[in-house]
Amino acid sequence: MWYLCVFYHRLLDYRKPEVESLANLFGAFNGGDWDSDGDSSNRENNGNIETMSLQWRLPENHHPDSPFHFVYLPSEDMARKIANRSILVKGVYELWGEGNTHEELEEAIKLYPDDRKLPYLTSESTFKITVDSFGKVISFEEQNDRIRSLSYIPFKGRVNLRTPDHKFWLMETDDYGSNNGLPPVVQKRIFFGREVGSADRKLLPTYQLKSRTYLGPTAMDAEMAFLMANQALAAPGKLVYDPFVGTGSILIAAAHFGAMTMGADIDIRVVRDGRGPNCNVWSNFKQYGLPMPLALLRADNNLPPWRPGLKEVFDAVICDPPYGVRAGGRKSGGRKLLKGVVGPYTVPDDKRTDHIPSTAAYSLVECVHDLLDLAARMLVMGGRLVFFYPVLREDDTIDTHFPEHPCFELIASCEQILSLRYSRVLLTMVKIGPYTEEIAESARIKHLEFKENHLKWLEDGNLRTAVFSPADPQLGGAADAKLGKDSKPKYRGKYV
Amino acid sequence: MRLLTHNMLSSNIKGVTNGFPLLIEAEKVVEKPVDFNPDFLRNIFPKIDWKALVAAARAVGYGELPDTADAAMLESDDFLRHLHHALLQLHLEEGALVCPETGRRFPVNKGIPNMLLHEDEV
Repeated sequence: MWYLCVFYHRLLDYRKPEVESLANLFGAFNGGDWDSDGDSSNRENNGNIETMSLQWRLPENHHPDSPFHFVYLPSEDMARKIANRSILVKGVYELWGEGNTHEELEEAIKLYPDDRKLPYLTSESTFKITVDSFGKVISFEEQNDRIRSLSYIPFKGRVNLRTPDHKFWLMETDDYGSNNGLPPVVQKRIFFGREVGSADRKLLPTYQLKSRTYLGPTAMDAEMAFLMANQALAAPGKLVYDPFVGTGSILIAAAHFGAMTMGADIDIRVVRDGRGPNCNVWSNFKQYGLPMPLALLRADNNLPPWRPGLKEVFDAVICDPPYGVRAGGRKSGGRKLLKGVVGPYTVPDDKRTDHIPSTAAYSLVECVHDLLDLAARMLVMGGRLVFFYPVLREDDTIDTHFPEHPCFELIASCEQILSLRYSRVLLTMVKIGPYTEEIAESARIKHLEFKENHLKWLEDGNLRTAVFSPADPQLGGAADAKLGKDSKPKYRGKYV
Repeated sequence: MRLLTHNMLSSNIKGVTNGFPLLIEAEKVVEKPVDFNPDFLRNIFPKIDWKALVAAARAVGYGELPDTADAAMLESDDFLRHLHHALLQLHLEEGALVCPETGRRFPVNKGIPNMLLHEDEV
């Protein structure tokens, strides 16, 4: 049936893909589980449940970036599981009525079938009504008035504000102007519904980075790490790999959802030593009482040490590759060596044990190619590759060409704007074809074309230059002033 | 380093063709408890190189695994427990992995194998 799905008003691009992923995780597309009244023919179905998607619609006159959406889900149980596991779903509600005025709302609620309402209004149950609004504040008195005006609903139970059996919500949107980054609502809309489930945002303060013992300069913030873990369908019994593990911030989120984790990093200081015996990657897991990663290893993503023939072991690969803005990638072999300027340095036998091999810069193009190749080989069929990919922003539009691989289908791309100059996009890809040597070769050629056509800035340092170079001094002052006032984008949905 | 990891790794020195399985030089082996998850074991079983696992388990002093195994044995709880212990709970804390072809030692410190190659090996 249709549920009202209200989101937290942030990370707009990430909201629907999270719900889609969780629907997949909880088996919404496995068939047979849809309500009989459901018209499932509209569901996008190309025969592959890994890439199926849900049906959505918007309330009348709402902008796609509005927090209010309707989503079709097979069962209330499914809706509850999705909402409770999510990070961005403020609530999923069984809608009892909606209208442009309170009179219309009353009419709608009265028309809603009694057999759907009465079981939640019995005298044995306790309940609570919350009044909420989007884009404006409703005073306490007004809230109480609104609640009292609902007296036409035959509530028989007792009120319990702490632990009610049933939670009801009265939610309003009103014309709030354009101050919050959304185009103004055309008309006021009021919703009344019964809460089915909601996100557990208490996770976020528990896992927030500022209370984590061991941090690196690019540790993934907790909310984003959980979103990545949800995109990757992390769950008990699954094995998740992060080839750029760093301080483990992404794997912690995956481990919280019960997945087994493995990580690799080229920097031994990060993975082995940390900042002391109780301040390293292991201690970060211990801090939250999570199971330790199955393995941490020092390895080079450019020359991964997996045995020949090993494939399809990971259920997901999640990572934030080094794109050279805040931290650059490294790979084995000295700079001069790889250019062929000098021959390989032969390490004397007596120095081999503690030798620290030199590394060279690892450009993003190469890094992304190696990542796709590794994931194509090591993911199980239907496994997911979830990673961040930086893009330069010009005139508020981004280049929407993302890396491709014949084994993968891109199912979600979620932009997070980092500055006026660049964004990062969380790409979620599903493995839809088996990996063979021929495919690897064709992927390599495809990747080279991709690099030629789109990605000059992926080369060494170009992205960093583009992000950090000072504005053109000629235009600088004027342009900045302009940016500050007039041309400041009125619509800034993705900034929230 | 768990034996599961050992089972996945090989020496990838340039020119080496038989880099698997790496021999284990154990200095310190510890047991780290891991939650028993039979589904995970059943999923991972087909990917395991059994001979290498048995040899590795013996190298760290665990001899409870049979010489050969097939999927039918996954029905047995006993077998699963032994597999769980060998694969996930035995931990090579200090020691080395040795390339079977060249004898190159990949050190394992604090449970983390260092698989990075030297300049003359890439």
